[in-house]
Amino acid sequence: MKFSEIKTHLGKFRVGIAGAGGLGSNCAIALARSGVGTLVLSDFDVIEEPNLNRQYFFTDQVGIMKTIALKENIARINPEVFVIIHQKRLDRTNIPEIFSGCNVIVEAFDRSDMKEMLIETVQLKMHGTPLVVGSGMAGWGKSEDIRCRKIDDTLYVCGDESSEVSDNMPPMAPRVGMVANMQANVVIEILMKMKLKENHS
Amino acid sequence: MKIFLNNREQEFGQETIKVSEMLFLKKFSFKMKIIKINGVLISKEKYDSTIIQDGDDVQMLYLMSGG
Repeated sequence: MKFSEIKTHLGKFRVGIAGAGGLGSNCAIALARSGVGTLVLSDFDVIEEPNLNRQYFFTDQVGIMKTIALKENIARINPEVFVIIHQKRLDRTNIPEIFSGCNVIVEAFDRSDMKEMLIETVQLKMHGTPLVVGSGMAGWGKSEDIRCRKIDDTLYVCGDESSEVSDNMPPMAPRVGMVANMQANVVIEILMKMKLKENHS
Repeated sequence: MKIFLNNREQEFGQETIKVSEMLFLKKFSFKMKIIKINGVLISKEKYDSTIIQDGDDVQMLYLMSGG
């Protein structure tokens, strides 16, 4: 299949990304380059200087909302992507509203309690929507430990599933980027097999 | 009873087992996790009341901080 055909297919779909930090920013950029039609980005944080060790932002964007900066960066790479942003702290109530209509959702949070909350909410309240989770990417090296596991048709996990971030095991660009790009790769794999449902509304 | 835990066969002496008992017996003490039985997510507050039966497909996923 030619890239132009892939891009035309991906252009019909909408992907939600929960969090615009290390996982979310890098995953969004990979999906934008690939031609995904609509990206729904949600984050409530402002870019800080330490984020630049792994997140897809620039020094002159420090102090700006991550969602706004990411939308700008996507527009500079692929202006055809339609980007919807939400500056909200996600919770069990607003997740189904914010990501309604998304064909796939990417879990891109930092904190494990937020990851757990998002997975529970999407799996229980948005039945059938595939969710791609990132778990385990702290530190450096051990490239061979990073993998992708399909739990079932609605739940996929990327990462080593064991390394947790700490002071001596910080998140860094290579491993976070590997997991973020692996998540984007799973999203594309799911979308390439997906046929667009007729819209009767 | 035999169950499939992350696609591997596991045997337990009992005929059925609660999710909380299975976690205790297997020493799965890590707090942040997701458990699905036969494709259905079991929320944390139901670990004490949900029973795993012979032949069930149990999937567990640990959630590490970082992103």
